[in-house]
Amino acid sequence: MSLVRVENLGKSYNAQTKVLKDVSFNVEAGEFVSIIGPSGAGKSTLLRCINRMVEIDEGNVVFDGQDVGSLNKKELRKMRTNIGMIFQHYNLVPRLSVIENVLHGRFGYKTTLEGILGKFTEDEKEQAFYLLKKLGIEDHAYKRCDQLSGGQQQRVGIARALIQDPKIVLCDEPIASLDPNASKVIMDYLKSITMELNITCIVNLHQVEIARDYSDRIIGLSKGGIVFDGSSYKLTTDSTDLIYGTTTPKVQKRQLVTV
Amino acid sequence: MEAISISPHIKRKANGKISIKTGNKSERVMKWTISTLTLLTIMAFLFFNYDGLDLAKAIPETAYNLKVMFLEPGLSHFTWGAAFYQVGITLGLAFLSTILGAVIAFFLALMAATNLSNKWISKTVRIFVAIVRAVPTVLWVLIFAIAAGLGSEAAILGMLFHSIAYLVKAFSEAFEEVDKGIMEALKATGASWWHIVTHAVVPSTFTYLLSWTFLRFEINFSVAVAMGAAAGAGGIGFELFMASGFYFDMREVGLITYMILLLAIILELMSTRLKNRYFPATAK
Amino acid sequence: MNEKVMRNQRKWQTILFAGIIIALTYLSSDITDFNIVHGIATLPDAAIWIFSNLFVTQESLERLPKILGKLAETILMSIAATTTGTVVALFLGLMGSKTTGTSNALAMFARFIASVARNIPVVAWALILLLSFGQNSVTGYLALFVGSVGFLTRAFIESIDEASQSAVEALRATGATYFQIVYKAVIPQCLPQMISWILFMIETNIRSATLVGILTGTGIGYSFDLYYKTLNYNAVALVTLCIVLSVIVIELMSNHIRKVIL
Ligand SMILES: Nc1ncnc2c1ncn2[C@@H]1O[C@H](COP(=O)(O)OP(=O)(O)O)[C@@H](O)[C@H]1O
Ligand SMILES: [Mg+2]
Repeated sequence: MSLVRVENLGKSYNAQTKVLKDVSFNVEAGEFVSIIGPSGAGKSTLLRCINRMVEIDEGNVVFDGQDVGSLNKKELRKMRTNIGMIFQHYNLVPRLSVIENVLHGRFGYKTTLEGILGKFTEDEKEQAFYLLKKLGIEDHAYKRCDQLSGGQQQRVGIARALIQDPKIVLCDEPIASLDPNASKVIMDYLKSITMELNITCIVNLHQVEIARDYSDRIIGLSKGGIVFDGSSYKLTTDSTDLIYGTTTPKVQKRQLVTV
Repeated sequence: MEAISISPHIKRKANGKISIKTGNKSERVMKWTISTLTLLTIMAFLFFNYDGLDLAKAIPETAYNLKVMFLEPGLSHFTWGAAFYQVGITLGLAFLSTILGAVIAFFLALMAATNLSNKWISKTVRIFVAIVRAVPTVLWVLIFAIAAGLGSEAAILGMLFHSIAYLVKAFSEAFEEVDKGIMEALKATGASWWHIVTHAVVPSTFTYLLSWTFLRFEINFSVAVAMGAAAGAGGIGFELFMASGFYFDMREVGLITYMILLLAIILELMSTRLKNRYFPATAK
Repeated sequence: MNEKVMRNQRKWQTILFAGIIIALTYLSSDITDFNIVHGIATLPDAAIWIFSNLFVTQESLERLPKILGKLAETILMSIAATTTGTVVALFLGLMGSKTTGTSNALAMFARFIASVARNIPVVAWALILLLSFGQNSVTGYLALFVGSVGFLTRAFIESIDEASQSAVEALRATGATYFQIVYKAVIPQCLPQMISWILFMIETNIRSATLVGILTGTGIGYSFDLYYKTLNYNAVALVTLCIVLSVIVIELMSNHIRKVIL
């Protein structure tokens, strides 16, 4: 059975425009899927429907056999512990230490009071250090997050998602604010760690090349609808044209010649 | 997992548990501040003077008084006309101390701004202002009341002092943010100090000066109410004092409170709009 | 042409504005019976009076222990009003902020309470409370407390609104509860700002405490009033000096703390 099943998903924030229209796809356990599309296509919204950070209007999302839309508050929290999330702007608490931010990933497993008092077990702390070491930032553990570079902050974000012990991580443009070198480091870590721990991964990206290099499968989203869904190597220029609504490559070539 | 627990990067607390705090100075100082204030609060409640306090009587009585005030407001010792006249006096006291304060503060701020003045003059003005600010307004008013004779002069002079102190700080900060380039360009053309002030500094800071002045007016309104009640400065504050402390007339207290509240909220709404418009980032 | 019209318009606006200010000044002087010439003329006399009467003598120094006791009462009262006000303001602030608020009705309620509490002057609260609570520290404390709640709630709402929403989203995605999010993502971000406001409130409250003290007969305000009414100006000078010194010391300490934490 698929880990994530999205069935005829529809979503709108207001009456005028539908952000997602009749979106359906499945993601198998262990897959590394990229969602590409121009900005405003609905990528972030789609991702947030999977862990119900935004409410689902039409259709169903089934995660690990549970209908996400029908969960109550408590069940939803419990489900979210199984879903890690990584953000474009890292979304760390700036004034807290790296290690504290990583441990925030454990809140879903704790009672409110344990969380407020910051009661973490020694095992959890050691696990946090283990992840930081794996991500190569163990020596920054006691620094404040806002003293780290973007690439380092994103690695803290990854550690926070991984300490949840998730079945899947959802990454919303994880490298959009990073330079090419840092981007490569982050994508390499994401790929190798999710493979090693057998975690499913869905990544929103806007760079086609990176999606092709790293993912098993690509979903192309345009104006809230899926226009491409297949293995990475099947993505042709025609399909990217369809996704981005461009017809540029040939024209550009001709222009280049004339110039 | 075994190897990690002896990692050189892990810091441990005295009890051997792994520490997770950054332990930097700012965090320590915040902790220290919070604990000190908590301690002082406990001390305060221990050392309070509780003479004549009977909570079992005071709480229901106050609740009753508040009910009468807010649900059955009315005037009995003077007329609506007189009430508006008294409000006018309070507004007048506030307005005069603000406007005079703004004019004086303008010149003092020119002396206090580091980019327009020399270091010593600036320092002297700042120290003077800090001392003036440290004396509560009511003390200034009461001191002037004997020194200059009772009357609106004492109230306005007393309120003036704090207005000046407040506005000098605000104005001089505004002056210091004037673009250096503009001033240099003018200086290069041989413009005098006064030319620079009137042609570069004032035009580029005028809206700020006005906004700050209005903010001070808002403050001065409530100060004027307070001076009326505590220092006999007249106006609606004094009527409040009479209604409550002399006639014990809760209905009148209620009506006067409503009048003050209404004006204060109008002034606050206006100054909030000014703040959002002219200083969106540093609204304080 | 167009520019000329605009400049003309600006000129008229300026003249109109100046006219209004002058008219209001005149009106205010009239209604308050204020004579600016007389006001200025009294300044030298006032200065002379201050210098020849307001100084500390050996005799007034004997009252120092008593005055210091009253000063301590005032300072402690101000701190207690601020800290306890902070606790209430924190809840109202969380309710009133867009970031952490749970319902619109509650947010409106919080903002309404805060607005009423801060816009009714502290003197009014003092006078009302005095009637039933009597002449003791609790009356002054309560009056300052209400004002502190009003002011701090507004300040806290602003600070919480300014805190970045992104960490809140991240914690929500991990399955954290509301209070976990508030305590671990929102408060750590606004804490320095909040402490700065608390320190500011303490400074303000010490100044107001003098005023409240005069009205309610408590703390240093009572000492001042007592010596003032008995014409013991040397003691008045000593009281004023004590207030000034304590306000300056507290301000210096606050500024130092602010420098480190902000
Ligand atoms: N919280 C929101 N409220 C209203 N409209 C939104 C909200 N979030 C996104 N949108 C709108 O939904 C559309 C899709 O946005 P998004 O999912 O962020 O696209 P992408 O991530 O592909 O750039 C955009 O037109 C955006 O303006
Ligand atoms: Mg997006």
